[in-house]
Amino acid sequence: MKAKVYVTLKNGILDPQGKAVQHSLGSMDFEEVIDVRQGKVFELTLDDKMTKEEAEERVTQMAQQLLANTVMENFRVEIG
Amino acid sequence: MKFGVVVFPGSNCDHDCYHVAKHVMGQDTDFIWHKDHTDLSAFDCIVVPGGFSYGDYLRPGSIATHSPIMQDIVSFANRGKLVIGICNGFQVLTEAGLLPGALMRNRTLNFICRDIKLKVENVDTPFTSAYKKGQVVTIPIAHHDGNYFADNETLKSIEDNNQVIFRYTDKLGEASVEANPNGSLNNIAGICNKNRNVLGMMPHPERCAEKELGNIEGKTLFESIIKYVS
Repeated sequence: MKAKVYVTLKNGILDPQGKAVQHSLGSMDFEEVIDVRQGKVFELTLDDKMTKEEAEERVTQMAQQLLANTVMENFRVEIG
Repeated sequence: MKFGVVVFPGSNCDHDCYHVAKHVMGQDTDFIWHKDHTDLSAFDCIVVPGGFSYGDYLRPGSIATHSPIMQDIVSFANRGKLVIGICNGFQVLTEAGLLPGALMRNRTLNFICRDIKLKVENVDTPFTSAYKKGQVVTIPIAHHDGNYFADNETLKSIEDNNQVIFRYTDKLGEASVEANPNGSLNNIAGICNKNRNVLGMMPHPERCAEKELGNIEGKTLFESIIKYVS
């Protein structure tokens, strides 16, 4: 089973790396870009010993305990 | 008294901290390898030093937080013993939940390595009692991720409890935007926990603790700790 965890800075927190990417895109004539938020994606391969619901619960725990720092980051889990 | 200096793979200020505690301050000092479940009861103060534990992979300090020694350090701190995290050590202590907030990438995205001015905001702690309240000191910083962040509620609570110990200021002690090197909220450079026995700071006091290096304003922090313990 595959799982993906998307981690991004919380809304309202300045993302200087995203800003740098946005400015660079602007200078490349992609001026339609008004904001960029940079984040991380984790692709996990899980064994098949659990249901999709159980996997979602386990991966959520992984995100809370390690993959994201919930002081400053949000995360989203996708299974399958 | 006895200092313990934790060593993670990638720590690189461990020997500086050991040198200052042992040779400059003349105190009994041991290194503690992060994989050892060491009996910490013989120690009075644990130093989590600077560097790049685990190469800063994932987030600075995040992997180190799950090393075996960290459980011992959390219970050591919960018994009221002294723990100080410097630079990467500060990042480790926030990731471990011993200190509130988080350290984000510097606002300018640059690694910054230079002397900066700090104001000592609270001298009623085991780490700062030998400073004068409001004293402005010069201590170097060297970091890429020192931009202190906490949500509004947490920020208000650490300010109200006088947990902000060091603030980036100009030489007159003014916490201006220009004096803030990394974008930290409220110019925060160092904070302690509610019980005042755990301190985290981005600047490096161990790099300015002997006169041969031209600055001894970091030595006062070690003097404060020794005074408190003895």
